[in-house]
Amino acid sequence: MVKNFFAGRWGIICVGAVIGILAGVLQKMGNPGNMGICVACFERDIAGALGLHRAGVVQYMRPEIIGFVLGSLIAALSFKEFKPRSGSAPIARFVLGVFAMIGALVFLGCPWRALLRLAGGDGNAIIGLLGLAGGIWIGVLFLKNGYNLGRSQATHKSVGLIFPLIMLGFLCLMFLYPQVAGENKSGVLLYSLKGPGAMHAPLFISLVIGLVVGFAAQRSRFCTMGAFRDLILFRHIHLLTGLISLVLFAFVTNFVLGQFNPGFEGQPVAHTMQVWNFAGMVLAGLAFALAGGCPGRQLFLSGEGDGDAAVFVLGMIMGAAIAHNFGLASSPKGVGPHGIAAVAVGLIVCLFIGFTMRKNIKGV
Amino acid sequence: MSITIDARGFSCPQPVLMFMEAIKSGNEKEIIMLVDTDASKENVSRAAESKKYNVTDIRQQGDEYQITIVKD
Repeated sequence: MVKNFFAGRWGIICVGAVIGILAGVLQKMGNPGNMGICVACFERDIAGALGLHRAGVVQYMRPEIIGFVLGSLIAALSFKEFKPRSGSAPIARFVLGVFAMIGALVFLGCPWRALLRLAGGDGNAIIGLLGLAGGIWIGVLFLKNGYNLGRSQATHKSVGLIFPLIMLGFLCLMFLYPQVAGENKSGVLLYSLKGPGAMHAPLFISLVIGLVVGFAAQRSRFCTMGAFRDLILFRHIHLLTGLISLVLFAFVTNFVLGQFNPGFEGQPVAHTMQVWNFAGMVLAGLAFALAGGCPGRQLFLSGEGDGDAAVFVLGMIMGAAIAHNFGLASSPKGVGPHGIAAVAVGLIVCLFIGFTMRKNIKGV
Repeated sequence: MSITIDARGFSCPQPVLMFMEAIKSGNEKEIIMLVDTDASKENVSRAAESKKYNVTDIRQQGDEYQITIVKD
């Protein structure tokens, strides 16, 4: 049996380092500030590119996300780990995806971006990360009391391929309808003319880096939610070492590239309403913990045939559309007009899911 | 005493939680875990080692793994 290097201690540290360095490079190549990679923000931009929301500043079909899924698919196929499966409470996962995204957009970033914001000197990220840990801690309490979404079933190969094929379709759309300078629309795709959506690295660089990260993360099972969860639940630090490596290498990369700007005020795509930085990430962290993975991990699972993870991702894309259509998402000025209400509703929904979806699963 | 735990279809952390539950009493000398993803296989093995159990055998049957875990 060939040992999986990436699944070992040094493997996960290397993967964290690769993600941290490449995120810094992507920012240098044109991605928004402290947003070299942000799964939530980029899925939000994809929702915008498809016209699911009409926030003109966040519309771009991010090739990184496509690369994550296809890179994971390539890794899974190469190492015989492509396992088509689905049927573990998909509707619950969809709803968790919706509220995970809403929480992340109140803070303005997924856990990956929270780490990258920290590595870029954004002090507000500390509050967000504390909220994330708090949300995961609540999720762990549910897990300890028997919370689970039930078993998935092995299914047709094509079921596992549907989500990667959707991503391949999105890539084809990018080639068919490339960005036209000065135009906000090309064929069926929308392109931001200003704001974060207008800031992006060249397509091929984004795609290749996405593929590399997707491949490495599938092999290593890199997961930011899992890092906190395993620490709280089992006192395991395996995944956490990858996360720390990501922050350290992103910090060094930012420092070298002149992208490190310490402070709280005026940070790129961030606000200073700390209560809502915290609460948004509590909601997101709880939703990730209940769904079994951070947004990045859900993409890599989708790539290896997990149809339930794919439903979570679709939930996140829908959540982004809802967040921007109804004023739930924050902006650098602060929370949106209905962001606070949405966090409250999201927490109630997550608690409902956590309290009601329990089953004796001794498996004996 | 030997015990078999069917964790197939569950994604992490459930398989690890099921393993932890099984060893709680301390009476089980041999635990056989059935899992169906490589991530679960690695996580259960890692958890077993951290609890000072030995993974003596990992057998692949089709798309599934049978992990034999023995107490020292």
